[in-house]
Amino acid sequence: MSADDNLMIANVSRRRFLMGLAGGSALVLAARWDVALGGNEKAQFGAGAMPGGWVDDPNVFIHIDADGLVTIVNNRSEMGQGIRTSLVMVGADELGADWDRVRVEQAEGDHSKYGNQNTDGSRSMRHWYQPMRRAAAAARQMLEQAAANEWGVPVSEVHAGVHTIVHRSSGKELSFGELAAKARELDVPGRHALVLKRDDELRFVGKETGLINGELKSAYPKAIDGDDIVTGKAIYGADVPFDNLLYAVIARPPVYGATVANFDDTEALKVPGVEKVLKVEGTGQPAGFSPLGGIAVVASNTWAAMEGRKALKIDWDLETAGDNADYTSSAYRESLEKAAQQPGKVVRQHGDLDTALESADKRVSATYYMPHMAQAPMEPPVATVQIKDGKAEVWAPVQNPQATRDTVAGRLGMDAENVTVHVTLLGGGFGRKSKPDFAIEAASIAEAFKGRPIRLQWSREDDIHHAYFHAVSVDYLEAGLDDSGQATGWLHRTLSPSIGSLFAPDPKHKGEFELGMGFNTMPFSVPALRLENPPAPAHVRIGWFRSVYNLPHAWAIQSFAHEMAVAAGKDHRDYVLDLLGPDREIHNLTVGDGWNYGEDPDLYPIDIGRMRNVIERVTKEADWGKSTGKNRGLGLAFHHSFVSYTAIVFDVEVDDQGELTIHRADIAFDCGPQANPERIRSQLEGAIVMGIGIALQSEVTFKDGVAQQGNFDKFLIPRMPDAPKTLRVHLVDNPDEAMGGVGEPGLPPVAPALCNAIYAATGKRIRRLPVGDQLKG
Amino acid sequence: MATLTINGERYELDVPDNMPLLWVIRDVIGLKGTKFGCGMSQCGACTVHLNGTAIRSCVTPVSAASGEITTIEAMADDPVGSKVQQAWLDLGVAQCGYCQGGQIMNATALLKKTPNPETGEIVDAMAGNLCRCGTYNRILAAIERASDKEGEA
Repeated sequence: MSADDNLMIANVSRRRFLMGLAGGSALVLAARWDVALGGNEKAQFGAGAMPGGWVDDPNVFIHIDADGLVTIVNNRSEMGQGIRTSLVMVGADELGADWDRVRVEQAEGDHSKYGNQNTDGSRSMRHWYQPMRRAAAAARQMLEQAAANEWGVPVSEVHAGVHTIVHRSSGKELSFGELAAKARELDVPGRHALVLKRDDELRFVGKETGLINGELKSAYPKAIDGDDIVTGKAIYGADVPFDNLLYAVIARPPVYGATVANFDDTEALKVPGVEKVLKVEGTGQPAGFSPLGGIAVVASNTWAAMEGRKALKIDWDLETAGDNADYTSSAYRESLEKAAQQPGKVVRQHGDLDTALESADKRVSATYYMPHMAQAPMEPPVATVQIKDGKAEVWAPVQNPQATRDTVAGRLGMDAENVTVHVTLLGGGFGRKSKPDFAIEAASIAEAFKGRPIRLQWSREDDIHHAYFHAVSVDYLEAGLDDSGQATGWLHRTLSPSIGSLFAPDPKHKGEFELGMGFNTMPFSVPALRLENPPAPAHVRIGWFRSVYNLPHAWAIQSFAHEMAVAAGKDHRDYVLDLLGPDREIHNLTVGDGWNYGEDPDLYPIDIGRMRNVIERVTKEADWGKSTGKNRGLGLAFHHSFVSYTAIVFDVEVDDQGELTIHRADIAFDCGPQANPERIRSQLEGAIVMGIGIALQSEVTFKDGVAQQGNFDKFLIPRMPDAPKTLRVHLVDNPDEAMGGVGEPGLPPVAPALCNAIYAATGKRIRRLPVGDQLKG
Repeated sequence: MATLTINGERYELDVPDNMPLLWVIRDVIGLKGTKFGCGMSQCGACTVHLNGTAIRSCVTPVSAASGEITTIEAMADDPVGSKVQQAWLDLGVAQCGYCQGGQIMNATALLKKTPNPETGEIVDAMAGNLCRCGTYNRILAAIERASDKEGEA
C-alpha cells in the first residue's frame, strides 16, 4: 500500500477544522495521510516512532481565508524555544506567505489529529521540519494549480511569489486570498508529487538574522508572540480570563509517599475569601504523573487560598512514606560514593581493563557529584479546569498535552474524547511541565465544583519542594596512562536514581535511555574499557530536567578527561582530540546503546569528525592557548547529545578572595541543518547561563525526606551579574547532515568547561557541584 | 476598602489591607501582565511602578500602594517604556517571556532615573530580576540600546 492509498477525503474533519478556526471561505482540504506505517521498518525511528507519529496534511496545518490571512497551526508547546515562530516560519516560507499576513493557532492536545505533541527531547524542529515543509508545499501547489486552471495554462508556467501566484509569461497575478476557495476544491497532491523549494528560493529558513554575538546584523522577522510578551498581553497558564473563577492551592505531603492522617480546617475556613477545603487523593508510590495528594483550599482569589492553606492544621502519616522519611542528602551521597567503589552492573566493556590498569605507568581516579535540582521555570505549575455537561476543559502550560488529556480523563473516569486540553504559552518548561500532575490536581478539585472553572496555582515553594527532581549522581572514574600519557584503560561507574522509579517499582539501575545519554555512548577511543552502573535507590520523584542524564555524564567524563590531560602533562585540547581517536562514525548498537535518542543510527551515528570539528572551532574562536595571566584560565568541554554536537570554552578569573569572574564563554554547535539560526543562538545563550547556575549555585538537599530549599533565596539560579561578560555562539553550518536537537544539547558541557577553567585559573579541582563557596579560603 | 490608581484609572476595592498588590492587580482587577514568580521579592516577575519607582508587587500590601501605580500594560504609552519594548523586540530578547514584563518595568524605571547608565549600573539594577531561560546578555544589550548613550552613538 502506498502512502497515496491512505489519502482519505473526509468532510467531517473539514467541518471540524472550519469550526476550529472560525473560518469563512477558506482553503480547507479534507484529506489526511494515515500515519500508520505498518511494515515500514523506518517507523521504529524518529517522528514516526513517536505516539501519534507525524502528520503532513495541509488541512490540519494550513488555512487561508478569502482576505489572504494565512493561519498555520503549531502543534508543539511554546516554552521559550521559539517553536511558534520557527515552525510557522518554515511553513510560511515553503508556502510563500508574507510574514506580516501569517498568524499562528495553537493546536489542542490531540495527537491523533496533529501527530506527536510531546514537546520534550529536543525534537520539535527535528521531527516537524519535514512534515511542515510538505504540508506547506502541498498547499502551495494547490494554489498554483488553482491559478493555472483560472488562466487555462499548464501549471508548469506558474509559480508562487510572495502571497501571490504569478504567470511567468503574461505577468498575471492572483493573490492567495483570491485563490483560496478554488484551491480547496482540488485534490491534495500525493507526497511523491510534492516539489519542495530549493534552498535559494527560501526567504527565512536557514537565514542568519537578528543579534549575532552582540551585534544586530539584520532585522529578525517579527517573533510571533514578541509584541504580546513585551506589552504584557501574552497568555500564560494563569492568564486565561474566566467569569466565576475559583482559585485553589494544595498543601502536599512534605515527604514523598506520606499521606494525610487527619486535618483541621476550622481556622482556614475563617480566612476571608476561603470557600471550601477538601482532600485531594494521592495515588501512592510510584507516583507517575499522579497527584501527591493533600488538602486543597479553594477561595475567591489566589492570595486568600494561600492564606487559608497557612491556617490548616494537618497531621501527616509518614509511615506510608517508608524509608523516604529517612532520606538525607549528605548520608545518601556517602552511600553512593561507597557503592561507587564496588563493581556494578556492566553495561559496556572491551579489552582487558584490569591488566591495563595494573600495568599502567600512571593511574588517575576521581569521584564526581551532582546534586538534585529543580527545573524551577519562572512560571510555577498552574492549571485551570472546568467540568460541565460530562466534559472537561483544561487550560494549562503543558509540554505534553496528549498525556495531560489522557491522565485527566483517567482521573475523572471520562473518555479522552470528552477532555479538551488548551495549551497556553509556557513560562518555561525545562522538563517540569512534561508531567501533568498539576492539571490532574486541578481536575480533581474541579469535580467538586461542577460547572465552575477552578484554577490551581502552585507557589514557588510548592514547585521546589515537590519538583520531579533532577537525579542526584555520583560518578567514579579511573584511567590508566602509559609513559607517554596515552590512555590505556578507562573505568567509569555511574550511580543515580532512575526516572524508571517514577513509573514502576524502583529499578535502582539506569534504564537504556538514561545510560544512552552520554554514558555508554562516550566517544573516546581507549584500548580497554569497562562501564558499570551500580544500584542507586530513589527517595523522591525523579524526572526529566533539560538534557537529563547527559548532565552528570558530561560533567564527570569531561572533567575527568581534563584531569587525565593534566596528569599526562598535555594540553587539554590536544589530549582530548587524541583521545577521541580517528574520525569515524560510531553506530550506537556497537557501544551497547539501543536507543540513540529514538533516531535511526544510519542517519544519526556518533560522528567523531563532527565532534572534533566543534572542538577545533570553539578553541580557535576562544583563542585557546593565549596567555591569560595570573588567576585566569581557559577551560574546555564538549558533548554529543540529542544527536547534536557541542563544545564550550570558558575564560574565567578567580581573585585572591575566591571571587569568580566569567570573562567570556564561547560555544560551538553543530545540529546539522539550522531552520532558524536566530532562535538556535538564543537557546545556546540560555544554556550557557542555566549551566553556569548548575555549576555554581543550584542544589536541592533533603533532610528526613524534606526538601531544604523552597524559594529563590536558597535555591539559587543565575542572575545578571552571573552571566558571562561576553558570550559568543558559533554555529557550524552542516546542511547535508540529518537535523539534530537544539533546546538541550547546549547544556551538558557547561559545568565541566567552567570547572576546568576554574582549575586552569586556580589549580583547584572541583569534583562536587555546585561550586558554592569552595573557592573561598 | 482600598483606593488605587492603576494606569490612570481609579479603583475602589473591597479587599483586605494586607492583600499583596500583585493579587489585587491580577485576580481582582484582572490585569495579567504582572506575573507571580516567587511571592517573596526574589525574582522581580511582579515588578510594577509606584510613583515611577520599581517595586515588587508580591510583597507590597495594597494599603501601602498609595500613589500612581503603573503596570506593563501601560508601557506602550510611556516614551521610555516603549523605547525599551522596541529594543527588546529588535534584539529578540524574550525566550519564554514570562519574566520579561518585570524586566522591562525594572529597566524602564532605571532609564527614567539614569538615562545613560554604565554597564555596571545596569547589571546592579537588574540583579533582582530572574530569567530562568538565561536571556541576561540580551537584556543588557537591549537596555544599552534603549539608553541615551546608544542614541547618541
